[in-house]
Amino acid sequence: MTKYITKRILLAIVSIWIITLITFFTMNAIPGGPFNKEKATSAAVIATLEARYNLDKPLGEQYVLYMTNLLHGDWGISLHSGRDIWTDIWSRFQVSAKLGGRAAAVAIVIGIVLGSIAALTRNKLPDRLIVFFTTLGTAMPSFVLATLLLLVFCLKLSLIPVWSSSDPNYILPVIALSVYPMAYITRLTKTSMLDALNQDYVRTARAKGVSKVKVIFVHALRNALIPVITYVGPMVAYILTGSMVVENIFTIGGLGSVFVTSINNRDYPVIMAVTIFLAILMVIANLLTDIVYKLVDPRIKLD
Amino acid sequence: MAKEKNGYLSARESRRISKENRRIMGEYEKKRKRKNVDENEYLTTMHDKNNAVEFDNLHSYFFTDAGTVKSVDGVSFNVPIGKTVGIVGESGCGKSVTSLSLMQLLQRPQGQIVDGEIRLNRGEKAYNIAETPQEIMQDLRGNAISMIFQEPMTSLNPVFRIGDQVDEVIELHEGKGKTKEEIRKQTIEALELVGIANATGVAEMFPHELSGGMRQRVMIAMALACHPRVIIADEPTTALDVTIQAQILDLLRELKDKINASIMLITHDLGVIAEMADYVVVMYAGRIVEKGTAEEIFYHPAHPYTLGLMASKPVVGKEVDELYSIPGKVPNPVNMPDYCYFKDRCEMCLECCKGEYPGEIHLSDTHVVSCYRYYEEHKEEAAQKVNKELMAIASMAAKNDKEVAEDVK
Repeated sequence: MTKYITKRILLAIVSIWIITLITFFTMNAIPGGPFNKEKATSAAVIATLEARYNLDKPLGEQYVLYMTNLLHGDWGISLHSGRDIWTDIWSRFQVSAKLGGRAAAVAIVIGIVLGSIAALTRNKLPDRLIVFFTTLGTAMPSFVLATLLLLVFCLKLSLIPVWSSSDPNYILPVIALSVYPMAYITRLTKTSMLDALNQDYVRTARAKGVSKVKVIFVHALRNALIPVITYVGPMVAYILTGSMVVENIFTIGGLGSVFVTSINNRDYPVIMAVTIFLAILMVIANLLTDIVYKLVDPRIKLD
Repeated sequence: MAKEKNGYLSARESRRISKENRRIMGEYEKKRKRKNVDENEYLTTMHDKNNAVEFDNLHSYFFTDAGTVKSVDGVSFNVPIGKTVGIVGESGCGKSVTSLSLMQLLQRPQGQIVDGEIRLNRGEKAYNIAETPQEIMQDLRGNAISMIFQEPMTSLNPVFRIGDQVDEVIELHEGKGKTKEEIRKQTIEALELVGIANATGVAEMFPHELSGGMRQRVMIAMALACHPRVIIADEPTTALDVTIQAQILDLLRELKDKINASIMLITHDLGVIAEMADYVVVMYAGRIVEKGTAEEIFYHPAHPYTLGLMASKPVVGKEVDELYSIPGKVPNPVNMPDYCYFKDRCEMCLECCKGEYPGEIHLSDTHVVSCYRYYEEHKEEAAQKVNKELMAIASMAAKNDKEVAEDVK
């Protein structure tokens, strides 16, 4: 197990390094630069600024410089705001994670429950309703849903206050963020639950005299969750880092909005930092998924 | 059943059938799901105290979108206490559905027992399984009746340890007032009983760490853990190789005698039947075509289908170019003919076989056959229409089976 984890971490470092390479060179290939504003700035000023942030050096050298700093724990400062990037990202991430954590929990719990209900009432009314709403949930883009929610509940009905960072009201953003993964988990759970309920070991359990409820929630559900776990791991990582769309619509200052503004501003060190941060989270999530996988299904061999 | 000429159902017809099915299934389900059913509704008396189970005119149907499949259509036979009854027939003849009916494990709501009684002897009480409500059934399953399935590879839950799976059945039926350690001790004993060496170690393993033979032993341990009166073995050796097969059969026979249980052995392997069974029931297309003691069936097979089954087996020491096979195929289960189901494949048909399904003819007290050839008034005609070759191969194969089985014993 330790050997396996060590191997996975080494591999992860390699893939993160490749990600830095690709991101660094593609973002520099995009036309425009951090100091190209709508208002024309004199060439002399730009040259001074570029010299100050080492942007005048050849790309290769810039990359080496960036990586050396990074390995020393220096994420650099934002070209746009001049603030320290790490403190910025970390505080923004906490905002996103608080929201995303709630959304992920809602999606997983409700998804599994609805999926089980749908499987057990197959082709009956509850199943049909669930299938209808999950189809809607997977089909509706989050920006449509988020805007609709804002319009109806904040503006028209005034039931829920608009998001403010001092007094955050999580209800609407959590709904907007969790609907898609919830719908997806519901459908996954339903399919794999139906599959599990048709397995021979479920028949064996019933032949042993196990009650119906126990057959479903002990014998079938644990097997049914195996495919769900595969999806949930990366989904949680993704949702924790914040959705650009939802955060923008609700004006939540999370990591997602940092990503968008940094790209718009060609704020190179911030783009790099956010990408690497995301990559690390993804790698951790995947590793955790594999370990949980192993815990749930003893047949899986990690090595 | 209404059917289109080309063999396919029209969409309208299919809708009509499924609507009708929903109504029928709903009625049965409503009856099944009632709470607090009065004991008198499902308690009954055995017709013979020496029987462990009596199947009496059992009808188990499946209401599918293509029409009603009469998987078991009027089956009656007895399973005497301490005896082994072999049920033999080809795939789809209803032998598994018969046994699943006894467990009330038909795939509901499509599968329903629509008529007949299954009487289960539990000493002081006798249950009519066809009417027994869910809660009572849960108590009977794994306790009074238990089942060994044909797929040891998939019949154990892959995510739980062997010990926990055996513990579960003991805890359910005999676990009152016992600690976890006591239950586990009983589990280890059960595993040792079926010949698993290192039972303590195996109890900690997962199913995928065991071989097929080991898994089937675990299944048997699980089935026998609560000393059932009836063990249903549904093709227990089909998935195993021949040496393991012999071991498992020996084990079953030995354990049956130890706890004085009855076995319902379902198989299509006549060799297995010859070796194990005291009584044999031959099924074809949902009905019993012939039943009797093992001697009667193997030394005096009567029904042309039984003869065909026997003849299609290889015989030790006899070389043939081609094995016999029964011509034709089983009639469509949705659309059964109104004459003898075997007529179209029968090589020894009589004129009268066009008539309605033949009734039961007693050849002896125990030997019963459903065939016109044994009607008093058709005996002469039958004597003229004999496929001598088939008879010869069949009787040779049957005797060979029985002799080999005797040698084994």
